[in-house]
Amino acid sequence: MSKGNLTRRGVLKTGAVAGAGLAVPTYLSAQESGFTNAPTGSTVTLGFNVPQSGPYADEGADELRAYELAVEHLNGEGDGGMLNTFSSKALQGNGILGKKVDYVTGDTQTKSDAARASAKSMIEKDGAVMITGGSSSGVAVAVQALCQEAGVIFMSGLTHSNDTTGKDRRANGFRHFFNSYMSGAALAPVLAANYGTDRKAYHLTADYNWGYTTEEAVKSSTEALGWETVAAVKTPLTQTDFSSYIAPVLQSGADTLILNHYGGNMVNSLTNAVQFGLRDKQVNGKDFQIVVPLYSRLMAKGAGANVKGIFGSTNWHWSLQDEGSKAFVKSFGTKYGFPPSQAAHTCYVQALLYADAVQRAGSFEPCAVVEALEGFEFDGMGNGPTLYRAEDHQCFKDVLVVKGKDNPSSEFDLLEIVEVTPVDQVTYAPDHPQFAGGALGTCNNGA
Amino acid sequence: MDAIILQILNGLDKGSAYALIALGLTLIFGTLGVVNFAHGALFMIGAFCAVTLSRLLSLSHEVAVPGEVDFLGNPAMRDQPYAYDIFGEAWGAHIIDWAVPLSILFAIPVMILIGVIMERGLIKHFYKRPHADQILVTFGLAIVLQEIIKYYYGANPIPTPAPEAFTGSFDFGALIGFEANTIIYPYWRLVYFAFAAIVIGAVFAFLQFTTFGMVVRAGMADRETVGLLGINIDKRFTIMFGLAAAVAGLAGVMYTPINSPNYHMGMDFLVLSFVVVVVGGMGSLPGAVLAGFLLGILESFASMREVINIIPGINQVIIYLVAIVILLTRPRGLMGRKGVMED
Repeated sequence: MSKGNLTRRGVLKTGAVAGAGLAVPTYLSAQESGFTNAPTGSTVTLGFNVPQSGPYADEGADELRAYELAVEHLNGEGDGGMLNTFSSKALQGNGILGKKVDYVTGDTQTKSDAARASAKSMIEKDGAVMITGGSSSGVAVAVQALCQEAGVIFMSGLTHSNDTTGKDRRANGFRHFFNSYMSGAALAPVLAANYGTDRKAYHLTADYNWGYTTEEAVKSSTEALGWETVAAVKTPLTQTDFSSYIAPVLQSGADTLILNHYGGNMVNSLTNAVQFGLRDKQVNGKDFQIVVPLYSRLMAKGAGANVKGIFGSTNWHWSLQDEGSKAFVKSFGTKYGFPPSQAAHTCYVQALLYADAVQRAGSFEPCAVVEALEGFEFDGMGNGPTLYRAEDHQCFKDVLVVKGKDNPSSEFDLLEIVEVTPVDQVTYAPDHPQFAGGALGTCNNGA
Repeated sequence: MDAIILQILNGLDKGSAYALIALGLTLIFGTLGVVNFAHGALFMIGAFCAVTLSRLLSLSHEVAVPGEVDFLGNPAMRDQPYAYDIFGEAWGAHIIDWAVPLSILFAIPVMILIGVIMERGLIKHFYKRPHADQILVTFGLAIVLQEIIKYYYGANPIPTPAPEAFTGSFDFGALIGFEANTIIYPYWRLVYFAFAAIVIGAVFAFLQFTTFGMVVRAGMADRETVGLLGINIDKRFTIMFGLAAAVAGLAGVMYTPINSPNYHMGMDFLVLSFVVVVVGGMGSLPGAVLAGFLLGILESFASMREVINIIPGINQVIIYLVAIVILLTRPRGLMGRKGVMED
């Protein structure tokens, strides 16, 4: 007697698989509202996707603090922070479109796949209508693409690679943070003014996307001012001891070392370079110099006294004296007891900008939000008059050139502002070669 | 020629760290037969002993700075270390400056204690289990330890500088007749290399010239017979685990000025150290040391721009390539003994 192919277990398995298959892509299924995760109750849920574990966990913790502060201010709690200085007065401190702001958090782990998984979970399970945060360009590009498919808005956190709003730009994604090109454009004139136009530069570059775009930006900006690039060496992202890369620098005839490194890479390469006494040397009749194109306070803290006198660029700094920065520093400092980092600032501003765009659009519908943000000009958020350019969804604003402070008064007082580079000097055409190869496409409402 | 000397020097300090970690790994494997994947975490904990002592010595109270305000506009406060109050400002500053070398004294008992607790509390239950079980449990332990460190110290690297007297670099090229600035080498890395040589020498001397060491060596060769002679070999092996933990810890303490320590630094060294052990020959102490220095130097050579230009990416795979070649030609590693891990 032969058994039939149809078994009870087989039926159950097939049923389970089919059920799961139908249930999982909820954001792809049609909704009455016409867009993904349209808020129906009295609350709206935002998804804060930040590194809560891994090497950038401290930066992620600061981002989360900023988001929590933004939610407080949006809901009318606390002192209102930058809502008081923001040029747009659409937000009333009663949530967004009258709905109380709620939030969920995800852990990007600074890994693209983990970041996508946490963003997906917040969209599908928690009903997040917007995803924001992150401390890596790799993560930003990956999550931005996911949000585009899912039909939600992505307001990136700290991401500096040209590609985020260049070849990997997406209609549903927006970046407030500055980028590699802007760092190069802001830094080069300051470097030329301080170190002269006759310099030989040696680049050490982290072997991944952000490293490449930063190297390219700094190289082209400094070469345009007369510097010569002696060598550009890629270093593995996993490298911890850079001695074998730094030791040959002096032999190359270079008199300037440019460290296109971020995070732990930067802390270690700078520490190693200072250990090797590069800064005490004279080459080509000039004092040897080191440059770090992208600074963050947390990195400066990790590198300790080694950052003293070293030039770099940053998106924002808590010592800025405009009304917006002062309001934010006061709110953040009062709540947490220390000043915010640039990562905290960009995340806070992104949350407010999203909320404001929804309020002005009168809808949470992603395409309406995109329309409200494109070409939006604002002020009072800490960087002077700012434009969210429609062509690439990149914010254009002043950029800070900073230097490691010689006599810091506290562990937060590590950088001093050398120059506020005006926005015109860091603005580029949307079709600039460093940003070529991408297109925004059309916005996606998801449903 | 100068480039070659430079890379040999660079390889020495990296090789020192590999050799110290691999020495501890081999001690544990040789005595207890345990493949300890938590050994990198012991290196990391050693580094955090230096961070901890540095923080303890720098413990401060706030004093007002007249006429200045903080970022919120309140009267500014400045941290004043208690060490200044107790020893005076000059001596207090010296003590804080020498925190890393002083941490050696702090780390030895702490690391031995952690090693003994680890062995008695967890690892002894896995002696008779397959190596795969040992690897899983020790790897899990390493993750737990690093997460504990991250919880208390954060994920950011913590600067732990060398004493002022050892900052800067030494112009080795000028000393041997090359042009100035062609071969420079940081003073602290020289200290690290010398320190590693002393620790390695001390461990070998301890095993070679003491009765305790003799019994341990006998136990490594034939545990059963030593046991039958009425010697409590388990107790001695537990102490050896503590000693191996101390060696890894000391390697970590002295490494802190080279790279700011973070919770993940142990993992960065662990895999390479295992390769070092395998290349040196499982269970061979001299093999571990030899392979440590050899691979450290080779890794430095592979990072030369001229080499990378010819073979891109070689710097990331050189150690594994060499390991493959050595294991193909000498399956027991450079100095491996017959019968180890071959049952």
